[in-house]
Amino acid sequence: MDSPIEIMMILLVLSDMALLGLSRVRTCISIVSFQGMLLGGLALVTQFGSLTPRLIMIAAASFIIKGFVFPILLRRGIREAGTQNEMEPFVGYIMSVIAGVAMLGVSLWLGTKLPVFTVGSGTSLIIPAALTTLFTGLFLIIARKNALNQCLGYIIMENGIYTFGIVSVVEIPLLVELGILLDVFVAVFVMGIAIYHINREFDSLDSDRLNVLKG
Amino acid sequence: MEITSLINIILGLLLAPLLLGIINKTKASFAGRTGQPLLQAYYDIIKQLQKGAVYSKTTSWIFRAGPVVGLSAMLVALAIVPLGGVAAPLAFSGDLLLLAYILGTMRFFTVIAALDTGSSFEGIGASREVLYSALAEPAFLIGLAAIARETGIMSLSQMLPLSHFFSPEVVLVVVALFVVFLCENARIPFDDPNTHLELTMIHEVMVLDHSGPDFALILYSSALKLWVLGLVIVGLIFPTPPGSFWLVPVFTAICGLILLAIIVGIIESTMARLRLIRIPQLLVAAGSLSVLAFILVLR
Amino acid sequence: MSGVMIKTGIYGLVRTLTVLGMPPLWWGYLLLAIGIISGVLGVLFALAQHDLKRLLAYHSVENIGIILIGIGVGMIGWSSGMPIVAALGFAGGLLHVINHALFKGLLFLGAGSVFHSTHNLDIDHLGGLIKKMPYTGLFFLIGAVAISGLPPLNGFVSEFVIYIASFSGAMSMNANSSLALIGAIAGLALIGGLAAACFTKAFGIAFLGEPRSKDAENDHESSPWMTVPMMILAAACIVIGLLGAAIILFISPVIGVVLGNPYSGEIQIASNYLLYVTIGSIAFIILLLAIAGLRNFLLSRNSVGTSGTWDCGYAAPTARMQYTASSFAQPIIDLFGFFIRTKKKINIPDSYFPSVSNFETHTPDIGREMIYKPMFKTIETFFGRIQIMQEGRIHIYVLYVVVTLLILLFWNVR
Repeated sequence: MDSPIEIMMILLVLSDMALLGLSRVRTCISIVSFQGMLLGGLALVTQFGSLTPRLIMIAAASFIIKGFVFPILLRRGIREAGTQNEMEPFVGYIMSVIAGVAMLGVSLWLGTKLPVFTVGSGTSLIIPAALTTLFTGLFLIIARKNALNQCLGYIIMENGIYTFGIVSVVEIPLLVELGILLDVFVAVFVMGIAIYHINREFDSLDSDRLNVLKG
Repeated sequence: MEITSLINIILGLLLAPLLLGIINKTKASFAGRTGQPLLQAYYDIIKQLQKGAVYSKTTSWIFRAGPVVGLSAMLVALAIVPLGGVAAPLAFSGDLLLLAYILGTMRFFTVIAALDTGSSFEGIGASREVLYSALAEPAFLIGLAAIARETGIMSLSQMLPLSHFFSPEVVLVVVALFVVFLCENARIPFDDPNTHLELTMIHEVMVLDHSGPDFALILYSSALKLWVLGLVIVGLIFPTPPGSFWLVPVFTAICGLILLAIIVGIIESTMARLRLIRIPQLLVAAGSLSVLAFILVLR
Repeated sequence: MSGVMIKTGIYGLVRTLTVLGMPPLWWGYLLLAIGIISGVLGVLFALAQHDLKRLLAYHSVENIGIILIGIGVGMIGWSSGMPIVAALGFAGGLLHVINHALFKGLLFLGAGSVFHSTHNLDIDHLGGLIKKMPYTGLFFLIGAVAISGLPPLNGFVSEFVIYIASFSGAMSMNANSSLALIGAIAGLALIGGLAAACFTKAFGIAFLGEPRSKDAENDHESSPWMTVPMMILAAACIVIGLLGAAIILFISPVIGVVLGNPYSGEIQIASNYLLYVTIGSIAFIILLLAIAGLRNFLLSRNSVGTSGTWDCGYAAPTARMQYTASSFAQPIIDLFGFFIRTKKKINIPDSYFPSVSNFETHTPDIGREMIYKPMFKTIETFFGRIQIMQEGRIHIYVLYVVVTLLILLFWNVR
């Protein structure tokens, strides 16, 4: 009954809540790859009337990179570092979930204030979902000690920006889209290498310990 | 009060222990055993009713009152929840509050009856029980508030038949209420109904010292609790088209309850109990699902 | 005192509202937020206390929170023009004022009776009081069930009315107000559950089980001068609980004074709902007596024995091995540790065999430590610096007066 876009947005918000509440890093990586695949599909669904090969190529590229390449890179990072379940995060899991609900509320309110042109039908939920995903990514970067979780937070943040982009721009220029994708790919690659070196040097992925580098 | 409401109550009184049997049979078939007979719960209750009792010297009249209050509360709850499309005898606007709080009265007296024995085992169960039920209440009430807003009615008997299962809000509420159902009925992942060890002590251990007719009352009340809370969930899933003959929705609802019992059995066979630290997290997650459902209904 | 004096603040609030007329919407939100915070923090601090009277005092904070939630909901309804939310919110809050006076008075009288007979108010040193103090125990139990807001007693009636107001509002108002009312519902549900935890602890550990110390063993029932007032208050709780439908009609003229309109139609609706609650409560009591009779009949045909509590085969159980109040509250206190900050001192036995060990908890009052103490300290330092001006000699004071006059003179003529 509801448009498929709305259902995808609800799944997106639910995956954000799950990421805030779960502690096992492997499960979080699987959820982030699911988000990537969901957003690849979203690009196709919003432009259902006018499918061009260019569009299919972009959607397929983001689908593959976010759904498969990133998880492989990150899982390799875990293997190098030894399995790292989350040490006590700065903000407890219960408070994280409650903060997630609060962020959803704020995003809904912001969504009504922002004058953005939306495309397609049943899209009143896209902007709040995009903002929620963005805030979730930022929250994970701030509130989690494990460097892998922070890397995931960065990917989630990019997911949020991507969703926002789909809504506000009717036709994303090919170059811009590929540029963003390349940017994120390189960032994750570099982060993977950095994680490996951090672990080798400090024997732990607790990024809070980087403060020993302070002068 | 229509005759159909009375028939529904009698159905509830007769069929509730069958749900316990179905859950046990499902678990047995997963484990490759034959398991207890389906009607074992009935045999247990009848056997216990015919026995004498042994009371501890430490206990007072509160211990003897606990099971009685529990069963009375469950019978009142049975009169509030609708079965199929038929209104319950005690239906009124705001009856969902009476349902939640009369279960609270049952819980209060079970807990003080447990503390009455002066044993540490019951104390452990009691202290965990009060925490988890305090966290489960908001999830329950907010989920039902979301349904109330969607249907515009505050009474369970009219609300449940009207809800459409295939909207995302109702799915979220059903998931949240299912988590509360598992918590209140002491099923895995909250509590293991098989063992009485310290690891899994919540509900099973609070009734450790009861015997004879008291224990029969407790077994029967726990079966009724499964029935009553299951009816709320099944009522949300199967809407009742208006004007249908009363037997069809009632039959659908009972089949739904049997299906629910089988699902509980499957969950018990495939999952392990959660660490105690994780249980509040799961309950808060259920609460946030309810809030999310309400926010979705707001649009 | 707890029944009346702590309500003077509420009285002041409501009187001011009567004079000021319809408030802006954000007042309702603010009052609701303060109510939820007071309620939850109050009951959490009550859970952390060992002393019976301090527990009851912190619990009053929680009940004031519930009253503020009711009044906040009422104000939201008033400012938004929803008569049923306004009328029932205020009605529930004001009814809870009366109910709280009744059951809190009852509980404090019970605590006084306990102190009179055992001279010890530390819950962890009590236990098994109900055997020798049956009347105090019974009336304290009625107070405990009432304050947890459980049917069939009066606490449920006032909470029910506030809930109806919140549900009605949440079902039909706009997004912001509905979310605020959902917050009210969640807050009330959480507060109710934690209050039940608190009072099962207070009643269960103090009155049930075995005596944990000599003080508890030497108890005796108090004189009728103490028990009869408790009986009167307990009877009032039961009566209001069962006759809620009629009592709420009495609140209608009060609502008329505060809101300028008696809203008797809406109150009548609430009264109708409460009638069903009464039917349910009476059915509950009848079933209670019937099932108790059935159970006793079944037992009379068989043997009934007594023995010790099952102790898992342990050779020498003592009364001090029972659960204590702090153990009972520990899961909740640990979960909400961020707000309560209990300090624990523990002395663990360090050898393989049991030796001397002890455990002590102390919960500082977060309001006093974090808000009032720093504030007063800052004021004190500030005034300490100004104190330099207080020379104590008349010449200097005259100099101050002259200098001020001169400054004023020059200021005026420039």
